[in-house]
Amino acid sequence: MIFELTDQQRLVKDSVDRLMSDRYTFEARETIRKGTENWSRERWKDYAGLGLLALRVDEADGGFGCGPFDTMIVMEAFGRALALEPYVSTVLLGAGLIRLAANAEQRARLLPPLCEGRLLLAFAHSEEQSGNDLRHVAATAAPAEGGFVLNGKKTLVLHGDSADYLIVSARSSGATLDPSGIGLFLVAAEASGLSRRSYRMIDGQRAADIELNGVRVSPDNVIDASGQSLPIIQQVVEETIAALAAEAVGVMDEMLRLTSDYLRVRKQFGVEIASFQAIQHRLADMFIALEQARSMAMFAANACQSDDASHRSTCIAAAKVQISRSIRFVSQQAIQLHGGIGMTMEYKIGHLFQRATMIDTLFGNGDHHLSRLAAGSGLFAALDGCASDSR
Amino acid sequence: MEVRHSLLSLIRPGLHSLSSSWKDADVNLDFTREEQEFREDVRCFFQTALPDSIRRKIRLNRDLSRQELVDWTRILNRKGWAVPHWPIEWGGTGWGPVKQAIFLDTLQQENAPETLSFGTSMVGPIIYTFGNEEQKRRFLPRIANLDDWWCQGFSEPGAGSDLASLATTAIRDGDHYIVNGQKTWTTLAQHANWIFCLVRTNREVRKQAGISFLLIDMATPGVAVRPIQTIDGGHEINDVFLDNVRVPVENLVGEENLGWSYAKFLLGNERTGIARVGASKALLRQVRELLDTDSGPGSVAGDILRFRERLAALEVELKALEITQYRVLARQAEQGDTRQNPAASILKVKGTEIQQAISELILDMAGARALAVHDPEENGGHFADPDSWTQTVAATYANWRKISIYGGSNEIQRNIIAKQILS
Repeated sequence: MIFELTDQQRLVKDSVDRLMSDRYTFEARETIRKGTENWSRERWKDYAGLGLLALRVDEADGGFGCGPFDTMIVMEAFGRALALEPYVSTVLLGAGLIRLAANAEQRARLLPPLCEGRLLLAFAHSEEQSGNDLRHVAATAAPAEGGFVLNGKKTLVLHGDSADYLIVSARSSGATLDPSGIGLFLVAAEASGLSRRSYRMIDGQRAADIELNGVRVSPDNVIDASGQSLPIIQQVVEETIAALAAEAVGVMDEMLRLTSDYLRVRKQFGVEIASFQAIQHRLADMFIALEQARSMAMFAANACQSDDASHRSTCIAAAKVQISRSIRFVSQQAIQLHGGIGMTMEYKIGHLFQRATMIDTLFGNGDHHLSRLAAGSGLFAALDGCASDSR
Repeated sequence: MEVRHSLLSLIRPGLHSLSSSWKDADVNLDFTREEQEFREDVRCFFQTALPDSIRRKIRLNRDLSRQELVDWTRILNRKGWAVPHWPIEWGGTGWGPVKQAIFLDTLQQENAPETLSFGTSMVGPIIYTFGNEEQKRRFLPRIANLDDWWCQGFSEPGAGSDLASLATTAIRDGDHYIVNGQKTWTTLAQHANWIFCLVRTNREVRKQAGISFLLIDMATPGVAVRPIQTIDGGHEINDVFLDNVRVPVENLVGEENLGWSYAKFLLGNERTGIARVGASKALLRQVRELLDTDSGPGSVAGDILRFRERLAALEVELKALEITQYRVLARQAEQGDTRQNPAASILKVKGTEIQQAISELILDMAGARALAVHDPEENGGHFADPDSWTQTVAATYANWRKISIYGGSNEIQRNIIAKQILS
């Protein structure tokens, strides 16, 4: 087992932390949040400049070929600062799908501009009826003139409003829940037949609903028409859950910091409320929840290094259970211990709560993943040699 | 390497020269090949060397006899593994913290008994850290071989979490101390021939500053042991009365009136081993087997989905705790002692909460089958198979209420954590 960051990772961490503390103060973030796009293209350029958009892109495609622990470092810093930029949609989901599913020509066309911050992607997958079931794809892809024609509706497309291209999942065969028959298609946001309606979500980030009415996809924009895209979608979503786990750790870490600061400043009955044992013990329980989550965020990142899909799925489900439980507890208690101040939008703690609720729920909440685990053969049985025992 | 440099140059131009000391093995939670081989060696030993009768008792959480623990300790000692964490000159192995944790985890998973912690993890480390050469030679080999059975004389009726308020006195009289007082909750004192005690040697100073650490032969006149029956129906703990007990001065460990600092050293030691991750893994494995096999009237079948979800939730928490434990140990290996690290208190709180939750789950799975007491001394009695898993679950459930109380109660651990966060 190795727990220490590499020297390179330390440098990444130092520089991201410095960038966020210099340019992503709560006040700066409020300006960004209230702006027209609700996120900052200036900061996006900064991320590109630091190489953060290229971390996981292969070296052959102009990236750095780093692993999931590098992503973890970035996401933890983003969590602390509550970064609003479309990193999840463009880098984790978008570039993740391109990295795993696209051909060399497509990767060469899309990834360099993406790494440089000139291209934004979004993943149009979930539909109104899909719940947490990744197999659910009703949108259709019909062959036409060497390419395909797409029809259907997609919802909750993260940052779908600002994306230059959408990666759309659509079905060329099978029933709505059939694991096979799903393909991936690249569609320009301005394509004819595509309409988007965008809206804010509970944490101030944006998403869009997408309608596809006879949208034509030329052959060079067909990413994967084998009908076997589901395992790739699964893997990319799992890598994203692992990254969100790290973001959750950043969010909780910041909540704990702000809360313990506040407890030492706020006075009632003539003393700091931090002097009350009822409050100290709550704080201790928040710390325990955070550290358990930190361990499982590392566990999730570790699982992303595995080639065994079923092992990875089990580990990611376990991580999401812990993350959801921890972040729900920590975020609720952070508001409780702040009292009335915690209810307002004037302090960062409430914004952290909103993001916490997003992360808790995105890609399946704790109960969903617990049910999956309960139906399986067990976490320890699935974990041969992974910081664990397998008998 | 070239790409790493280009990333570096994006981040911080001019630092390329650091690359000669470049540390680039990525974080990885999987055991290394060496760690895996070590675990296999250890497991293989336990599988062959552990008597079946003992394994069965541990699996059912039944008490071992004194002789059974002595026999097992001597098997371990012959292998050189009775006191792996001790200094090499006194029988230790030289393993780092991670290897020690793998050893303990494997031992617990194989349902092998742990050695008597009062000797191997408490008074032993106190003696080799603070004792004199004579004490080391006299006591350490006998601890490792369980020739002496040690018990712990810390708690008193009026000194629990506030241990430093203890009232047992030791008054110097020539070459002896005269000890008077009462110790309580003394685990397995009925088997012990030695007790290590915190005693008050100075009443004039701050309460922590007047405490000394004394080793007392239980055969000395004036030592009396009274059993305490507990809510699990067993006899594990005792009162120990000390009535004008004459203790030779050479049985003082370290310096007079510095006993409190030695005790604090101990409580730190006590916490890191207390998570018992391996034991919980073994139990959860049993739970899974039972969920797969327990059928028929009164079986788990009716509530199996609920039980499966509880099992899954406990597995997640245990996995998180296991990684937390290795994180703490890795930092310990890197930086030396970390008793001030509040993460160590997490191991105590979470480890005990998980164990208690497992005991509750097993109790609920047994249902009404857990209610009859199986007592071999009672004639006739309940007709159920005395080796059935349902026979010990209620006792274990009751007995394990203790684990969030001892070793620094979980409330004390939360105080420690909060103090660190707020400091």
